[in-house]
Amino acid sequence: MTQPVSPPRDDTPKLSSKAEPAPWRAVVARADVRTLSLLGVLAVLILIGGITKPDEFLDTRNLQLVLTQASVIGVVTVGMTFVIISGGIDLSVGAIVALASVWATTVATQDYGFVGVLFTAVLVGVGCGLVNGVLIAYGAMVPFIATLAMLASARGLALQITDGNTQVVTIDGILDLGERDSYILGVPPLVLMFAVVTIIGWLVLNRTTFGRRTVAVGGNAEATRLAGIDVRRQRLYLYLLSGLCCGIAAFMLIILSGSGQNTNGNLYELDAIAAAIIGGTLLSGGRGTIVGSVLGVLIFTTITNIFALNNLQSDVQQIAKGAIIVAAVLVQRRTANTT
Amino acid sequence: MKQYTQQYTKQHTQQYVKHPAQHRPARPEGLALRKGTTAMPELTSRRGLLFGTAAVSAGVLLAGCTSNESDDEPASNDQPAADDKKGKQVTIGFAGPQADHGWLNAINDNAKSRAKKYEDVTLEITEGSNDTAAQIGQIETLINKKVDVLVILPADGKALTQVGLKAMRAGIPVVNLDRIFNSPQAYRCYIGGDNFGMGLNAGHYIGEQLKDKKNAKVIELAGLDNLELTKQRTAGFDAALKNYPNIKKVARQAAEFTVESGQAKMSQLLQAQSSFDALWNHDDDQGVGALRAIEQAGRDDFIMVGGAGALSAMQAIESDNSVLKATVLYPPTMAASAIDLARALGQGKGVSGLAEFEIPSSLTLYSAVVDKENVKTYLPTGFK
Repeated sequence: MTQPVSPPRDDTPKLSSKAEPAPWRAVVARADVRTLSLLGVLAVLILIGGITKPDEFLDTRNLQLVLTQASVIGVVTVGMTFVIISGGIDLSVGAIVALASVWATTVATQDYGFVGVLFTAVLVGVGCGLVNGVLIAYGAMVPFIATLAMLASARGLALQITDGNTQVVTIDGILDLGERDSYILGVPPLVLMFAVVTIIGWLVLNRTTFGRRTVAVGGNAEATRLAGIDVRRQRLYLYLLSGLCCGIAAFMLIILSGSGQNTNGNLYELDAIAAAIIGGTLLSGGRGTIVGSVLGVLIFTTITNIFALNNLQSDVQQIAKGAIIVAAVLVQRRTANTT
Repeated sequence: MKQYTQQYTKQHTQQYVKHPAQHRPARPEGLALRKGTTAMPELTSRRGLLFGTAAVSAGVLLAGCTSNESDDEPASNDQPAADDKKGKQVTIGFAGPQADHGWLNAINDNAKSRAKKYEDVTLEITEGSNDTAAQIGQIETLINKKVDVLVILPADGKALTQVGLKAMRAGIPVVNLDRIFNSPQAYRCYIGGDNFGMGLNAGHYIGEQLKDKKNAKVIELAGLDNLELTKQRTAGFDAALKNYPNIKKVARQAAEFTVESGQAKMSQLLQAQSSFDALWNHDDDQGVGALRAIEQAGRDDFIMVGGAGALSAMQAIESDNSVLKATVLYPPTMAASAIDLARALGQGKGVSGLAEFEIPSSLTLYSAVVDKENVKTYLPTGFK
C-alpha cells in the first residue's frame, strides 16, 4: 500500500525532523492526517481501477454509479459516526432501514403518495431511534444490548409486515427520482441527498454546541456531566439522529430499488461501523470525523465496483475487503504516529 | 403416453406380485393411496427417479385419479388431488428456514394450505429459523412430541443430517424437502428442485434464442455464492452453454437473493459490459432489483431469463414489455407435494400414478421454462 505521507526526505535524524518539520507539512498540519491517508488509499484504488478497466472505470456513468451505490449506506454511516463518537454504538441501523422501507411501501402508505412514503419512512426511523435513545439514556441500558434488541424486533416487525413478500412501489414520483432523466446536471438526486446529509452532518459536528457536546460525552461522560451538560438528553438526541438518518436512507433505498423488502439493509450496521472505523472514528468514542467516514464508505464502494468490473467473484471480494480494512487502519496509525 | 403407462403398470405389478418377500394382494385398481403398504424405508432403495414436466405443472406428483373403476384411466388431472377421503389421523411436523423471502414464504403457504385441505392431517409447524442450532432444537421438540411424520426443509442440509437420522431412528419417517441431507439414512423420502437442471434449462433456452448469433455474449447474475445450490445452478448453466460454441459467458456476479443486492450487482454488471446478448438471473426476487437497474441504465439490447417463478416475473413475461422473456421454475408447490407424501407415509399408503407400492425414496422436480407461450398455465403457481 502506498503511503500518501512519506517520511521526510532530509537526512537529519528523526528527532530533529520532528522538531523542525518539512515545509509542506505546515500546509498539511491543519488537515487531519488520517483523512489524507484515506484519500491516498482512495487514490490508489482509483489508479488500480483505471489501469485494469480504463474504459469502464474512468467513465462518468461509473462515477455516478459508485456515488449512487455509496449514498444509502453513506447516510446511515453519518448517523452512526455521531453515535460512535459519543462512545455508543447502534447495531439496529440495518433493521431500522428495513422496517422503515417496508412500512413506507405498504399498499396503505402508498395511497398517500410521495409525501406519505417519505413521511412514514422518516417517522419510523425517528421512532425507532427514540426507543433506542430512551432505553439507553433513561433506561440505563448498554447501547450494544438496547440496539441489539431493536435489531431483532425491527427485523421481526418488518418480516411481519411484508410476510416475506417484495412490496413494489407504484408511485411514479418516487420511481422517477431513480431514473437517469431526473439527474440534476449529471448528479443523481440520491447523490445530492447524500451530499446534503454529509454537509449538514459536518456542520453539526464541527460548528455547533451539539457537535462539541457529542465529542465531550464520548471523551469523558462523567466530566461532561460535571461541566453541567445533560448527558442523558444528549444521548437521546444522538440515537434519534441515527434513527433519522436510517429513515432518510430507507427512503433513498426505496427510490433506488423501487421496492420495500424485509431483507433490505442487510448487515448495514457492520458496513457503517467498518466505514466509520476506517474513517478514523474511535470505537471508544471522543474522536471522529464525518469526512473520514464518508471516505470510508467511498473506499468500500469503489472496491466493490472495481471487483465487479473485473468480474472477480464475491469470495475474492470479501477477502480483499478484510485485507483493506486492516491495511487502511495500519496506514492510518503509522501516518498518525509520524506526525 | 397412455399405452406406455399401461404397459409399465402391468409389468411392474406383476413383478411386485411375484416378489417372494412380499405377500401382497394384487394391486388394487387405481387407488390413489394404496393401503396395506407400510412405510418401510429398507424396501425402497430405488433413488434418483426423475419426473417430467407434468410433475411440476401443479404439483401433480400425487395427481389425482381418485376413481376406483379402472386402471385404464391415466393418472393425470389438472388439479393436484390425492385421495381426499378421510383416512387415519396423521400429525405432520414441519420445520423450515425463516420465510424471509418470496419463495420460502410460498413454501410455507403451500404446506399450510395443503395440510388444511385434509381433514385427517394436523400440521405442527415450527417458527422458521436460519440458525442451524435453533432448527435442530425445533426438530428435536417435534420428535419429542412424537409427531407421525416429519417434513424438514433444512436451513443447511449437511448440518441437519444428524437430527434427520435421529428422527428416523426414533421411528419417525422424514420427508426431506429440497435441501438434501448428507446421508440417505436420514430421510425416508427426498423431494426437491433440480438446481443443476434449472441452470441447464436456462442455458438451453438462451442457447436456442441466440443460436444464429455469432460471438454471442452471455452474463450471469447468480444468487448467494456461499450456498451449494448457487454453484449447482451455475454448473448447469455452464454445461448447457458448452453445447453452443457461438456463445461465451463473459461475466458473472453473485447477488444475495434480495432486491437491494440485485439492483447493486446488476448495475455494476451493466457498467462492466457495454453490450451483451442475454442475461440469466438465478432468482426472481433479486430480479426485481435487477430489472430496476436495467431500467435505470436505460438498456434493452439483450434478453433476460429469470429463475424460480415469481408472480411479478410471470406477469412481466406475459405483458412482454421488458427485457425479461422467460423464467426457469423452481416450484414451491413441492411443499404441498411433501405434505401429500408425508400423509401417505403416515397412513401407510403409496402414491397414485406410479406402479410402485411404496413411495419413492427420491423425487427431483423438473425446472420448466416459462415463456410467453405457456405463461398462462403457470401463472397460478407464481408466488408473490
